[in-house]
Amino acid sequence: MSTMAVPDIAVAPVRKGFWTRSRKVGLTLLGLGLLAAVLFGALATEQEARFTLSDDAAGAALEINGTIGAILFGIIAIAAGAALLAGVPKRWFLPVLAVGLVGFVLSFLCWQVSAAPAGQNFMPLVNIIRGTFILALPLIFGALAGVLCERSGVVNVAIEGQLLMGAFSGALFGSISGSVWVGLLAAALGGAFISLLLAVFAIRYLVDQVVIGIVLNLLAVGVTGFLYERLMQTDAEKYNSAPRFSNWEIPLLRDIPVLGPALFRGNIFLYVGLLLVLVIHIGLFRTRWGLRTRSVGEHPIAADTLGVKVLRVRYRNVLLAGVVAGIGGASYTLALYSFTKNMIGGKGFIALAALIFGRWNPTGALLAALFFGFADQLATYLGAISSSIPSQFLAMLPYLATILAVAGLVGRVRAPAADGKPYIKG
Amino acid sequence: MSNDPTPQSGSPDKEPASEAQAAQNALGNTERAELATEPNTPASKPEPQQEPRPSLGRLFIDNLWAANTFTVTLLSLVLAIVVGAVLMIISDPAVLSTYSYITSRPSDAINSSWTLVSEAYANLFKGSIFDPEAFAGWLDGTNSWQAVLAPISETLTYAAPLVFTGLSVALAFRGGLFNIGAQGQATIGVIMAALAGFLLPLPPGLHLLVAVLAGALGGAIWGFIPGILKARAGAHEVINTIMLNYVATYFLTWLIVQNGVQDPNRTDAISRAVDTSAQLPRLLGDNLRVHAGILLAVLATWAVAWLLNRSTLGFELRAVGANPDAARTAGISVTRTYILIMVFAGILAGLGGSNMVLGSTASALTPLVVAQIGFDGILVALLGRVKPWGVLLAALLFGALQAGGNRMQSYSGISLELVTVLQALIVIFIAAPALVKAIFQLRAARAARLQTSLAKGW
Repeated sequence: MSTMAVPDIAVAPVRKGFWTRSRKVGLTLLGLGLLAAVLFGALATEQEARFTLSDDAAGAALEINGTIGAILFGIIAIAAGAALLAGVPKRWFLPVLAVGLVGFVLSFLCWQVSAAPAGQNFMPLVNIIRGTFILALPLIFGALAGVLCERSGVVNVAIEGQLLMGAFSGALFGSISGSVWVGLLAAALGGAFISLLLAVFAIRYLVDQVVIGIVLNLLAVGVTGFLYERLMQTDAEKYNSAPRFSNWEIPLLRDIPVLGPALFRGNIFLYVGLLLVLVIHIGLFRTRWGLRTRSVGEHPIAADTLGVKVLRVRYRNVLLAGVVAGIGGASYTLALYSFTKNMIGGKGFIALAALIFGRWNPTGALLAALFFGFADQLATYLGAISSSIPSQFLAMLPYLATILAVAGLVGRVRAPAADGKPYIKG
Repeated sequence: MSNDPTPQSGSPDKEPASEAQAAQNALGNTERAELATEPNTPASKPEPQQEPRPSLGRLFIDNLWAANTFTVTLLSLVLAIVVGAVLMIISDPAVLSTYSYITSRPSDAINSSWTLVSEAYANLFKGSIFDPEAFAGWLDGTNSWQAVLAPISETLTYAAPLVFTGLSVALAFRGGLFNIGAQGQATIGVIMAALAGFLLPLPPGLHLLVAVLAGALGGAIWGFIPGILKARAGAHEVINTIMLNYVATYFLTWLIVQNGVQDPNRTDAISRAVDTSAQLPRLLGDNLRVHAGILLAVLATWAVAWLLNRSTLGFELRAVGANPDAARTAGISVTRTYILIMVFAGILAGLGGSNMVLGSTASALTPLVVAQIGFDGILVALLGRVKPWGVLLAALLFGALQAGGNRMQSYSGISLELVTVLQALIVIFIAAPALVKAIFQLRAARAARLQTSLAKGW
């Protein structure tokens, strides 16, 4: 965020006084903890809040009295807030913050679960974890596409379009050929097609990258919607009945309690996504390609001086991003649903948020995507136990969190220095 | 936008520029670009007759095939229409099958393609501008004069909100900010306008005024948030406005089903209807949908043009957009200007929102009441070259596409989505004039450089 042309207001002034960022966050956390301990504690009932280690109410469970749990976890959040307020070493900041936030969430859950209608005072953890990952999946792919693009200095607002085009072409060609692999290939190419347009217009024609990204999203919505109505709606049998990847259970890993049944007994795209996070992380920070990508994204002139082909690196990364996002789109149509108009429905923009929230870092993006996926899954769960919290407000959470992050309240986020700036050799 | 001759100089922090430079940059660019908007009337700008100059006719021909604003816009339209035609053909299995034997009987393929495409585009035209059949019917006395004006009425109805959102985006662009949040600002505007429209018991006239202004206020609030975050914390307005769009949408879907807002006779997500006293009056009788919103839109265009080109604030705004550092050196408060820009952009988008619910498009809140006017506004602003009157024309074109698209869908069975494709394509081509220039082998332009680049990144 600090790369704007307005340095003195873009870079938040470094505060030397007592109220450092860490203390402010601590104070906020302290307030949240108090809110949790007092309000959630008061609202929670004496019912046992059960967190079952399975898909339903059966089986082993972690149990805690609702009121006690809400107050206890609230106190944990208060303690973490107080620690930050008192001042902790810098490297302890994030862990303490995480403990505090988890405490707050658990306190909230104790209240919600204990206050649920009789017979529903349980939260099936396996189900929740699986749902979180499934909902986070398009975000993971999308955010990785963003990482690939933006680390090389091309702003990718077209994630939505890439996901959508991937989902569409995966469904279309998967149906026509009857093969999941053809579908997957087509999805990757579909995403790469939008990427190609992005690359050509951003790199070759120097069009503002945010502008072209937004326009490409609309183009993707239009083209896929048009072809959907013309082809898929008239003959769904032929054009919109793509085969789906069958479930694939990973030996050994599937037997891990809770995580095994939640993650390692099914969705192939989940394995691919998690693997890609690892690969891209290592690639970006441990290989020659990664070094070049980052140097092009931070200081293209210096990279050029050292003989790196700036434009070539950018073209390649943007296209790769399209492939990744295209596969992410296929995770809808080749695993879960048949194609519908505008089926990505804003997930591309949450992926963008995850990218920013995760500070342009693959692992950070994964964590952010999981957090957003959890918020999403929680909204579904709370709806199912007829909670008093409107699901819309939970749905806002990712967006509000991103605003707070960008505004510097949850730590400064900084984009690659040359992100969005076209490079003209000369 | 379009204030930097080359994208590289978009990082003005490296260039210690003076106020004069910034001002000249901003003004010079305006003039250059304005010259370009009227390339076909060189006569209207008489220049000193010191050098022998080519005849007017010669100039006209030269300019016609040069990469100036007008020609590029027109050719972008042509290109978009061609791509649209291709999409229509490849998505029609019956027509596509004639291509399998194109070598033996090419006439089949050509004829069927031509019929498909020409009918679709003819319906696009008839639905948006003029329908000869309705005109003939009026002469024969089989239908009323209103049927003749119906297409225009539809076009104006769809154009009105786009003028507001287009102006919103354009105004922010001129100040160096990219307001992707017109959608969210319009959403909050819709909410406030509708609430004022059915909750406040006010006399006619006053009620309408209050409802319209409530929409503006809603937009202003939603524009203020990214404005202050940008000015105080340096948070990028693109990210924040995108996020606020979704927050606004979720807020709308939550609000609709609350007691006192939801229509008591309905179980689905629809609010009570706006009182008739708060609805914008229709201009051409009850059968035609065109309403006073389009007049407000013209007024707003004039106001924004005045603000940008004649007022102190407009000068400051353009100076900040051209070079914030230089503007600050000259004593302009950049923070204040950023906040004001976003508030004004929000007001305009909010007015667009009022238009949607107080006009004839809808009279109650639904989850989709705002349609896509905020995102379309971005396209409109770019197509209008971020100039107020240009935005007005661009909004009219988009309104026409929308209105004609409706007829194309019901008469030719071509999905309305084609309109989205056409709109996006037009703007893509316009944003990359070098591409259009290369495709049509245009001469380099005499007057204008076309730049739709902020070139700033995050």
